[in-house]
Amino acid sequence: MANEIIQIKDLKVHYPVRSGFWNRITDYVRAVDGISFSIKEGETYGLIGESGSGKSTTGKAIVGVEKATSGQIIYKGQDITKASVRRKLNYNKDVQMIFQDSMSSLNPRKRIEDIIAEPIRNFENLTTDQERDRVQELLDIVGMPSDSIYKFPHEFSGGQRQRIGIARAVATNPKLIVADEPTSALDLSVQAQVLNFMKHIQQQYNIAFLFISHDLGVIKHMSKNLAIMHRGRLVEVGSLEEIYKNPMHIYTKRLLAAIPQVDVENRDAHANERRRIEREFQKNQKDWYDKDGRVYPLQEVAPNHLVALPKEQIDGGE
Amino acid sequence: MDNHQDILLDVENLHTGYRLQGKFYDAVDGVDFTLKRNEVLAIVGESGCGKSTIASSIVGLYDRKNTRVTGDIKYKNLNLVSLTDGLFDQIRGNDIGMIFQDPMSSLNPLMKVGDQVAESLLYHTKMNKGQRRARVIELFKEVGMPKPETMYDMYPHELSGGLRQRVVIAMAVACKPEIIIADEPTTALDVTIQAQILDLLKEIQKESESGIILITHDLGVVAETADEVAVMYAGQIVEKADVKTLFSHPLHPYTRSLLNSMPQSDADDEDLHVIQGTVPSLKNMPREGDRFAARIPWIPASEHEKVPVMHEVEPNHFVRCTCWKNFHFQND
Repeated sequence: MANEIIQIKDLKVHYPVRSGFWNRITDYVRAVDGISFSIKEGETYGLIGESGSGKSTTGKAIVGVEKATSGQIIYKGQDITKASVRRKLNYNKDVQMIFQDSMSSLNPRKRIEDIIAEPIRNFENLTTDQERDRVQELLDIVGMPSDSIYKFPHEFSGGQRQRIGIARAVATNPKLIVADEPTSALDLSVQAQVLNFMKHIQQQYNIAFLFISHDLGVIKHMSKNLAIMHRGRLVEVGSLEEIYKNPMHIYTKRLLAAIPQVDVENRDAHANERRRIEREFQKNQKDWYDKDGRVYPLQEVAPNHLVALPKEQIDGGE
Repeated sequence: MDNHQDILLDVENLHTGYRLQGKFYDAVDGVDFTLKRNEVLAIVGESGCGKSTIASSIVGLYDRKNTRVTGDIKYKNLNLVSLTDGLFDQIRGNDIGMIFQDPMSSLNPLMKVGDQVAESLLYHTKMNKGQRRARVIELFKEVGMPKPETMYDMYPHELSGGLRQRVVIAMAVACKPEIIIADEPTTALDVTIQAQILDLLKEIQKESESGIILITHDLGVVAETADEVAVMYAGQIVEKADVKTLFSHPLHPYTRSLLNSMPQSDADDEDLHVIQGTVPSLKNMPREGDRFAARIPWIPASEHEKVPVMHEVEPNHFVRCTCWKNFHFQND
């Protein structure tokens, strides 16, 4: 497709496990083990997974914080897994990140002005006045009062700090922002605020988001396309409606059934359904993973819906 | 059903204040509720509303010097507010079990998990070492841990988050307490594990006929597990009802706003509802009038009560203040 902003092709991130007397590499932790997907311009792409599924590692590899073991990340037609290519394409300006824990991602000894201006100083040559105007503008965008530029991170609440993090990410006019669990440390009403800001910014500046989360409700609200990750691989990829209405992989079914629903009338039915799927998952689990416990390669089952089906099911159907 | 025998815990006019720069500020400001046998009472609210303070007041886990607790917490014929530390030691773990949010920090990293669970049996029962071990293994089976004999000799870091939380639950229920206080028991866990842990808690409750106080900020968890719900804002309960009523027709503006700000799929492209302003900090909490009034400034002051009290709107449905009667969202 024409307007894809980034393509991830068979990305792998393996961490070596060293042991023994010589501290040799004896094995690898396959945190990300061959995943492929692509994000279109200006869309929010959801990446869902439980803890340990490799979703944050994927995000880090895309930003370039984590080195990819193999595979390609194609941006503007070039593979940016090499640092030299990243520099040439100004990749680190175009791709920014929002972190989960706003307290540890903001330097406690810097004023907000310096925190937000840091990426600007890296990539642009502005005078002090221009820089200040730009910071003010950014604070305006995320709805923060103008006197906050002289304050320190600890003077703000969690939601405000997360908004500062967003302002910093937006500072360089990025094309893609990787948001790694941006709201999971926030209260419900504050989360609503942050999510709204993210949506507004996206519409205003046509930024694509890779939204990494374990909260399926939030993903449902934010994204149109999503991928579900398990054991370092993707189990199901597709549009929101397809996956929520017609989940095919047993892991997806289990994940969807486990979301608490605000539907008190039918909660017993929902709980029974959840337990039935859980039993099914325990019973048939091995059919859906190969003998090493890896997820099978993705197969297209419908337009814009790919599922990691086991071999027997590919021709025979369910 | 509704006789006095079934009331396990009766909290009346509980005030818990923390000392900040020499002055006491009430984090919990006049809370009343009862916990019945076979009931899951959920206390919901955002961070800073005082829900965890209630838990620590009940089990007496607070700094006696810098905390002031007044009011009544009646358990059997005791008032837990004025209990001495020695007596508390007999009740805590034996009659009241606690489950905390982060299983990693509530377990001792240098001690085998089995021994940690056995510790509470050591304090509260006369079992010998072999009996304790057998009982712990039995408990591990009850909470659904695979290979309980091997698990006994493991250390916390060797277990996954879900298993650790199961150990903590085993610890809490070791002496068959009548009351279990679960403070955000599943917040640190994945959804699939969360579902299992909540199922487990309900099972344990049914078997032991205990009462559970479930403290959480997750409305989904409340809707799935609770029988009764109390919604807290700024140290006070603003609405109290059974789950069905609370979710089908919430009345207090705060409850309604909170439910509205949940990301739900149906309203796809719409903005989520945002509650104006921020939760007041302990020092700046408005002590007079309706505490939620500042967050809904478009509602005229005349709608609020001068001294908001709880009104029983319908049987067993309590709402604080009268402002709900003419409440509407700003853009309606």
